Amino acid sequence: MQLETCNLKHFTMTHLQFLALLPFMILATAAIVVILLIAFRQSHTVIQVTGFVLMCGVVFAMWYVRDALPREVPPLLVVDGFAALFTGLIIFSVLVVGLLSYIYFEEREENPKEYYILLFLATLGSAVLTISRHFVSLFIGLELLSVSLYALIAYLRNRNNAVEAGMKYLVLAALSSAFLLFGMALIYMETGSMEFAAIGRVISSSGASVLFLMGIGLIVVAIGFKLALVPFHLWAADVYQGAPAPVTAFIATVSKIGVFAVFIRFAQAVHLQENHLAVTVFTIIAIACMIAGNVLALMQQNIKRLLAYSSIAHFGYLLVAFLSGNAGVGAAVFYLLAYSITLLSAFGIITLLSTQRRDADELSGYRGLFWRSPLTAAIFTVALLSLAGIPLTAGFPAKFFILTAGVQQHMWLLAVVLALSSVIGLYYYLRIISTLFAAPPLTPVKERTLHPFFYAATYTSLVVLMFLLGYLGVFPGFVVDTVAAFLKV
Amino acid sequence: MILVWMIVVLLAGGVVCWLVAQQDQLICRWIALISVVTAFSIPLVWFINNPPIKTPGNNWFIHYQANWIPAYGISFHLALDGLSFILLMLTFLLGTLAVLSSWNEVRERTGFYFFNLLWTLAGIAGVFVAMDMFLFYFFWEVMLVPMYFLIAIWGDFNRRYAAYKFFLFTQTGGLLMLLSILAMYFIHAQQNGGHYTFDYFALLNTNLRGSAARWIMMGFMIAFVIKLPMVPLHNWLPDAHSEAPTAGSLILAGLLLKTGAYGILRFVLPMFPQAAADISWLAMLLGVIGIVYGAMLAFAQTDLKRLIAYTSVSHMGFVLLGAFAFREIALQGVIMQLMTHGVSTGALFVMAGMLKERLHTRDINQMGGMWTAMPHMGAMAMLFVMASLGLPFLGNFIAEFLILLSTFTVSPVLTVIASVGLVLSALYSLRLMQKVFLGQTQTVNEIPADLSAREWVIVGALTLAIVILGLYPQPVINMVSGVVAGIAIR
Repeated sequence: MQLETCNLKHFTMTHLQFLALLPFMILATAAIVVILLIAFRQSHTVIQVTGFVLMCGVVFAMWYVRDALPREVPPLLVVDGFAALFTGLIIFSVLVVGLLSYIYFEEREENPKEYYILLFLATLGSAVLTISRHFVSLFIGLELLSVSLYALIAYLRNRNNAVEAGMKYLVLAALSSAFLLFGMALIYMETGSMEFAAIGRVISSSGASVLFLMGIGLIVVAIGFKLALVPFHLWAADVYQGAPAPVTAFIATVSKIGVFAVFIRFAQAVHLQENHLAVTVFTIIAIACMIAGNVLALMQQNIKRLLAYSSIAHFGYLLVAFLSGNAGVGAAVFYLLAYSITLLSAFGIITLLSTQRRDADELSGYRGLFWRSPLTAAIFTVALLSLAGIPLTAGFPAKFFILTAGVQQHMWLLAVVLALSSVIGLYYYLRIISTLFAAPPLTPVKERTLHPFFYAATYTSLVVLMFLLGYLGVFPGFVVDTVAAFLKV
Repeated sequence: MILVWMIVVLLAGGVVCWLVAQQDQLICRWIALISVVTAFSIPLVWFINNPPIKTPGNNWFIHYQANWIPAYGISFHLALDGLSFILLMLTFLLGTLAVLSSWNEVRERTGFYFFNLLWTLAGIAGVFVAMDMFLFYFFWEVMLVPMYFLIAIWGDFNRRYAAYKFFLFTQTGGLLMLLSILAMYFIHAQQNGGHYTFDYFALLNTNLRGSAARWIMMGFMIAFVIKLPMVPLHNWLPDAHSEAPTAGSLILAGLLLKTGAYGILRFVLPMFPQAAADISWLAMLLGVIGIVYGAMLAFAQTDLKRLIAYTSVSHMGFVLLGAFAFREIALQGVIMQLMTHGVSTGALFVMAGMLKERLHTRDINQMGGMWTAMPHMGAMAMLFVMASLGLPFLGNFIAEFLILLSTFTVSPVLTVIASVGLVLSALYSLRLMQKVFLGQTQTVNEIPADLSAREWVIVGALTLAIVILGLYPQPVINMVSGVVAGIAIR
C-alpha cells in the first residue's frame, strides 16, 4: 500500500522530466509516422528518408536536452549519462541498419513498408531498456523488442529458413519471458519492491536470501537468452542465418546493446558483482562463452552463422568487463561501440553482396573478392581484423581496455582465457580473410544497377564506418574521455 | 622527431605504392625503393651529423614523447640508443635489399605487395624504438598482419597453412605478453601511489619479487622465444620461411627473429634481473639444444629454404645461450650474432630465391653442378656458406667466438656441446654447397643466367657488410657497450 501512494505522489511529470524523455518520444512518434505514411500510400523511399530524418531528430533531441540530465522519472525511468550513451549507440546502429534495409528490401519479394514500423518499435523497446530503473519498464521494453523481432526475423515469410528462425525465436523468447516474470515475482516477494534501487537497499541491509538468489538466477536465464550467452545460445546461429541480413545486424547490435545496458544498471543497483555466488556463476558463463563461441565458429562455412558464434564469444569478453564492476563500464561501452561499428560493416558487406534469391552467407562466395571488388573486401577485412582485435582497428583498444579492467580486478583466469580464446578466434577470422584474398574463380560478376543513389550512400557509409574503425583504433583517447564524462553525469 | 619521420615515410610510401600501382608498376617499385632508402638515410644522416657523445649512465641519444591516450597513461614515446640504432641499420639495409630482390619476382598485385612490405618494415622499425609498453605491443602486432599477407598471398604452394601457423604462434605469445604488460602496469601504479603509466623507463623501476616477477617474466619470455625461436617453440619457422616469397624470407630471418632477441635484451633482462637469472640455466640449456638440434635437422633437409630455415634455429640458439650468460662479452657476441646472422642468412635466402627463379624448384636433389653455369653466384654462395659455418674473417665467427669465450666461464659443459654445433654447421653448410653448386650437373633444359646487375648490387652489399663486420667489429661493440654494461652482472 505504501508503494502505491508513493507512486501516485510522483505521478505528475515536471517540465524537465518531460524534456528528458523527448528523444524517446520522438522515437515512439517515428513508428506512428511510418504507419501514417503507409496509410497515405507513400513510397519506400519517402518512408526511408523520413525514418532517417526522425532518427537524426532523436540524436538532436538528446543533444538538446543534455543540460536536463540526469533526470529521474519515478518510478519507472531514469535518463542519465549512461542511458544517453547507450541510446546514442542504439540510434547510431539503427541509422546504419535502416540504410542497409533500403537496398536489401527494395529487391525482395516482400512489401518493405511495414518493416520500418517494426524496426522503430523494436528500437524503442531497446531504448526503453536503457532508461529503465524498474521491473515494469524493463519488461515493457523487453517485450516491445521481442515481439517486434518475432515478426522482423520471419519478415521474408516465403523462405523456409526465415520462418524456422522466427518460430524458434518466438518459442524461446516467450519461454524466457516467463522465466523473467517468475524471477521478478520472486524478488518482489522477497523485497517488496520492483525498483532496482529499492531492491538494492533491501538486499544490502538484510542480505541476499535463497529466494532472492533464485529470482536473480531466473532473470539471468532470460537475460542470457537475449544476449545469447552459453548455455542459452542455441537459437543464435539459426536465427542469425534465417533472418534477413539487416535484421541480423539489428539483433546483433541494437537488441543486445539495450539488454546489456539494463543488465548493467540492474547489477549495479543490487551490487551483483559483490555476491560471490553470482560472480562464480558469471565467471563460468563468461569462460563458457569465450571458449564455446570461438570453438563452434572454427569450422563454420556460413558467414552469418560464424558471426553468430563469434558474437557469443564477444559477449563472453564483455562479461569480463561486466564482472569488473564500475571500472569496467567504460571499457564495456567502448567495446560495444567498436563491436557495433564492426558488425554493422560486416553485415553491410553481406547485404551489399546478397542476391535477390538468397543472402550472401556462403564463405565460398567470397573467394577472391579482393581482386574483384577491392573496396568491399577492404571494408570486410578491416571489420574482421577489428573483431580479432588487431592493432590499427577499433577492436584492439577495445579488447585492451577489457583486459585492463579484468587485470585490475585480479581476474587472472578470465584474462588468460580471454587471451587464449581470442587466438582461436583469430584462426577463423584469418580463414575468411585468406578466402577474400585467394585467387578468384572465373565466374562473371553480376552487374547491379538498382538505385545508384542508395548504393552510393551505402558504400559511403560503409567507408565511413571503416575509417571510424581505423580512427578509433589509433586515437581512442577522445572517445574514452567522452565516455568517461558521460558516465559521470 | 626523426624517429617519427622514419616510420611515417615507410607508412606513407606503402600507401602511395598501392595507389600508384594501378597506373604503373615500375613507378610503384621505385617509390618503394625510394621510401626505404629515405627511411634508411634519416637516422644515418642524423648520426653522421651529430655523433652522439657518450656520457656515463645515459645511453640514450634521442627521445620523442607525445600524449596518446592520457586517460590510460599511454604515450607515444620513441627513443634511440646504441642497440636500437644498429638494429635499425640492419632493418633498413635488409629492407632495401628486400625491395630490390622482389623487383622482378613479384609481377601480380605489385602495389599491395609493396604496401605490405613497407608496413612490415615500419612495424619492425617501430618495435626497435618504441619505449612505451603499449606502443611496443602495438608495433609488435602491426608487423604481423602485413607479414601474414606477404606469406599468404605471394607464398609458395603450401602458403596458407604456413601463414596461419606463423600468425597464430606469434599472436599467442603476443597476447600473453600483453597480460604481463598489464600486470606490470598495475603493480607499478600500486607501488607509486596510483601513477598509471606504460612508460618503459617508469616500469623499469617497478619493484618485482618472487612469484609475481616469475609469472610476469614468463609472459614476456614466451612471446620473445616464440619469435626467436627457441626449441621446442620453433615449429612455425621452417614452414613460414620456406613458403614465404624471397623478400618475405629475408625479412623473417633477418629481422623478425631479431625482434625476439631484442625483446629479451631490452625488456626481460633489465626488468627481471633476478627472475631471469633463476631460469638462466634452463634458457642456456634450451639454447644449446637448439644449436645442436637445428643443425642436425638442417643437415637432413632436401628443401633448400627449409635447410636455411633450420640453420636459423641453430644460430639463434647461440643468442639464447649468450644472452642468459649475463656476461658483457657474451652479450656483445649476441648483438654481433644478430647482425651477422641477419646478413648471412638473409643472403642465403636471397640466393635461394635467385636459384628458384631460375630453376623453379627448391629441391636440392634436383640441383647440382651449378658452379659451371653460374660461377659468380657459386662463389658468392660459397662466401656466405662459409660465413654461416663460422669461418674467421667473416662476421659470424666473431659473434660465435665471443659467445663461446664468455659462456665458458659460466658453464663449460654447455659451451663444449655448443661448440659441437659448430662442427655440425660445417657439415650442413658443406652439404649445401656440394649438392647445389658442385657435383654432377643435373639435366637442365636451359643453362641459367649468372648474376644480373641488380643481383650484384644485393649480393655485393651483403658481402661488404659481412666482411666489414668480420674484420672490424669494434664500432658495433662500442655502440652497444653502454647497453651491454647495463645488463651484465657487475
